[in-house]
Amino acid sequence: MTEQKKTTIVLFSGDYDKAMAAYIIANGAAAYDHEVTIFHTFWGLNALRKEENVPVKKGFMEKMFGKMMPRGADKMGLSKMNFAGFGPKMIKDIMKKHNAMPLPQLIELAQEQEVKLVACTMTMDLLGLKQEELLENIDYAGVAAYLADAEEGNVNLFI
Amino acid sequence: MNIVKVLDAKGLACPMPIVKTKKAINELVSGEVLEIHTTDKGAKNDLTAWAKSGGHELLKFEEENGILKFWIQKG
Repeated sequence: MTEQKKTTIVLFSGDYDKAMAAYIIANGAAAYDHEVTIFHTFWGLNALRKEENVPVKKGFMEKMFGKMMPRGADKMGLSKMNFAGFGPKMIKDIMKKHNAMPLPQLIELAQEQEVKLVACTMTMDLLGLKQEELLENIDYAGVAAYLADAEEGNVNLFI
Repeated sequence: MNIVKVLDAKGLACPMPIVKTKKAINELVSGEVLEIHTTDKGAKNDLTAWAKSGGHELLKFEEENGILKFWIQKG
């Protein structure tokens, strides 16, 4: 076999549909035997949040951010036709009909397929997110670690 | 053809057919054939490209009553 190829994805967006596209590509690339990294930054970090409220010590602004942002992949809104939260309900219904995998399961599948999920620590600080609030088995890193993966990447995406 | 496994991926949407195919072919040894059934229309191009990239060979493809059938020999 030839040397293993690499795919890296920067997930910047906190939209359900965009995150879904990112995770479908990641899972597909893993099935292609690529070494896959998803680097979550800014609003994309919300995809990694646990659904339950994790009590951690925070300042006022950090608390506000935590309340205003979706807690976990399932709570994220759509980039188009969100209709104040009604859009995601509709699309999830349609997805069920078409047997498409919902985002939380896509994330689980990615972890199962050993996709490396990375949280950007600098933006975690900005948004006031703590490690305890994010899913287990996640790496924490910055731009250099991302670039180390991306410079050898055969597929590099920013979503 | 040495078909050792049949994978039923009918009704599954992208990316599941390819993910399941990958898992199934991992359990085969080189030269063995995997038969795959799917209803995802994109699978024709997906599995063809996937097999080529992974060094496997798509031996046969058939479509009947909306069910796409593939026979892939592990490389």
